[in-house]
Amino acid sequence: MIELTEKIRDIAKKLLKDGTVDVFIGYKKGSVPMMNEPVLIRNPDEADLLYWDSNCGLNLCNYLTGRTDRIGILATGCNSRSIVTHIIENQIRRDQLYIVGIPCTGMIDHRAVNRAVGHREITDITESDITFTVTGKGFQETFNKADYLQGNCKVCRHRNPVEYDEMIGEPVEEQKGIEPYSDVKNIEKMSCDDKNAFFRRLIDKCIRCYACRNACPLCYCPTCFVDESRPQWVGKSIDPTDTMTFHLLRAFHCAGRCTDCGACERVCPMGISMRQFTRKLNRDAEELFSWQAGLSLTERPPLDTYRSDDYNDFIK
Amino acid sequence: MGDKIFTKQGWVESLRGLAGDYMVFVPVKEGDMYAFRHLDNDTKVAFDDYHNTRMSPKSIVYPQSERMFEYSLDKQDPDCNILKEVPKTFAPQAIVGIRPCDAHAFQISKRNFDTPEYRDPWWVQRYEATTLIGLGCNSPRSTCFCTAMGGGPFDEEGLDVLMFDMGETYLVRALTDKGEAFLGKLNGGRSADKTDREAALRLSDHVRDGMPDVVPVDPIRNKEIKDIFDASFWDDVAFACLNCGTCTFLCPACWCFDVQDEVYGREGDRIRNWDSCMFPLFTLHGSGHNPRAKKFQRVRQRFMHKFKYYVDKFDDGFQCTGCGRCVQFCPVNIDIRDVLRLMSDEPPVRLSA
Repeated sequence: MIELTEKIRDIAKKLLKDGTVDVFIGYKKGSVPMMNEPVLIRNPDEADLLYWDSNCGLNLCNYLTGRTDRIGILATGCNSRSIVTHIIENQIRRDQLYIVGIPCTGMIDHRAVNRAVGHREITDITESDITFTVTGKGFQETFNKADYLQGNCKVCRHRNPVEYDEMIGEPVEEQKGIEPYSDVKNIEKMSCDDKNAFFRRLIDKCIRCYACRNACPLCYCPTCFVDESRPQWVGKSIDPTDTMTFHLLRAFHCAGRCTDCGACERVCPMGISMRQFTRKLNRDAEELFSWQAGLSLTERPPLDTYRSDDYNDFIK
Repeated sequence: MGDKIFTKQGWVESLRGLAGDYMVFVPVKEGDMYAFRHLDNDTKVAFDDYHNTRMSPKSIVYPQSERMFEYSLDKQDPDCNILKEVPKTFAPQAIVGIRPCDAHAFQISKRNFDTPEYRDPWWVQRYEATTLIGLGCNSPRSTCFCTAMGGGPFDEEGLDVLMFDMGETYLVRALTDKGEAFLGKLNGGRSADKTDREAALRLSDHVRDGMPDVVPVDPIRNKEIKDIFDASFWDDVAFACLNCGTCTFLCPACWCFDVQDEVYGREGDRIRNWDSCMFPLFTLHGSGHNPRAKKFQRVRQRFMHKFKYYVDKFDDGFQCTGCGRCVQFCPVNIDIRDVLRLMSDEPPVRLSA
């Protein structure tokens, strides 16, 4: 991890020094464990703030929207796919970007780690290749990283960046034998009432803070439908109908665009399994349209195009 | 009434005995977090293992969504278009195990809801119906900075009763008449003696001495508003911010709300909901102009309000209790302690890379 951090710093310094980019977007080490902070580096002297480990779970593509300068950006597999989506949706130009690809072995699920230590306070985390060690007052425990990956990382099939100008290190092996949608299949097996109850239970803790929406690079509408006040489409109280309206409509806005980066789930202050709202849509996009978002700069996403010779079944 | 000693089990049993007199709230574990819930016969009380609740107990006095008025839009109804107050009860309630930082926050909010000019009837009545039974913090977290905000792990401000966790027992001390009345209704316990009281004092002194004094606040008081407002660091502070409502909604001392009308057929409610200065809609004018249209302006507002405007207006502490929720749960790790250091011209401190 230290090695990769050094490489990121060196590349950022070089890019900023030789004027390839005006700014560089990466992560800096968090002030609390397992919480690294996205950071904008403007000059080479600041590049030593950059940091990399398995706690970089926010999607940096989220910070590209509306920028007009030339940007260097660190990108894992899912982040690079979101960047591709941003480009084909005209939210940023490819020639504005210098994408520094970083192969990813997954991000640590901070909630699972806190659970594993019985919610005792973790004050430090260190990482080696396949393990990490957390320390707190009177305890130290080492875990295999593979056992504590975020849910989306466990089923990730694109650990390597799909689009980049420069790659840090060698590509990592993609995970084999992944059953990517077993969670969706389990929900599909439920009766209508049980599905309804499942999603109601999911949101019963929601406080309408919109961290999920705001952490999502897809949510760049100038005014979100829940923030429209003239006319107002959705109530603003914590009435379950309004809360569900927000979550379902947000998810449908992400259909065929979501890269399952897991940022929505990671940021939820109430620990809601946010990915359950988009997973079924991802699966449908894959099954009906053979589409996984963000893999190609030249193909149009299924929901913004039409082909009379479409080979998929739904049109016949 | 002098201090009393209860065994831990005896204390919870005594609280259960209050069912007819108070609605008692206690911390319980729900999944990965803790919340204040009604105490009933099956409640598994989490006094021993909880540090603090994810959401502050402010919602017990000030719910996230509250129906204030209801009205009819039916032209046939003689009361058409007349706002009627929604019937509410303000029965006695007690928050048992509230941390001193969260009790301190009610004193801060009181400045907003209970002023010589305006009294918010619902906040005030519910607050007055509430008895706050604090549980001193034997093990503050590294993200706690209550002492820097004028409080402390065993601070009494705003509390009616303070509990000291002595291991096998609680030493329980009434601090106000309300607290005396609460303890007066409790069965069991024995009078604390000098040894008990000295042990409690040693405990609270020891914990307090161990609190980090990491946040400088006095320099902010002495600086000009404009100098902090125009400082160059706000862009950097705001960069990662998602403008979500996590910090404001988890904050025990954030009090802002929005008022909305919701109509169903021919009936309507006037509701107030917590609002957040992080949301663009918070300051959007009817004209379409937004004085805080940019993210950094909204981020700046939160910190300026808590540590400058509030300080200059009331000259008594900060609009922050140092509970550390925003430090722990900001999804992008904007650390309020770092921002305070910047506002005080001190370099921010980060864990070494």
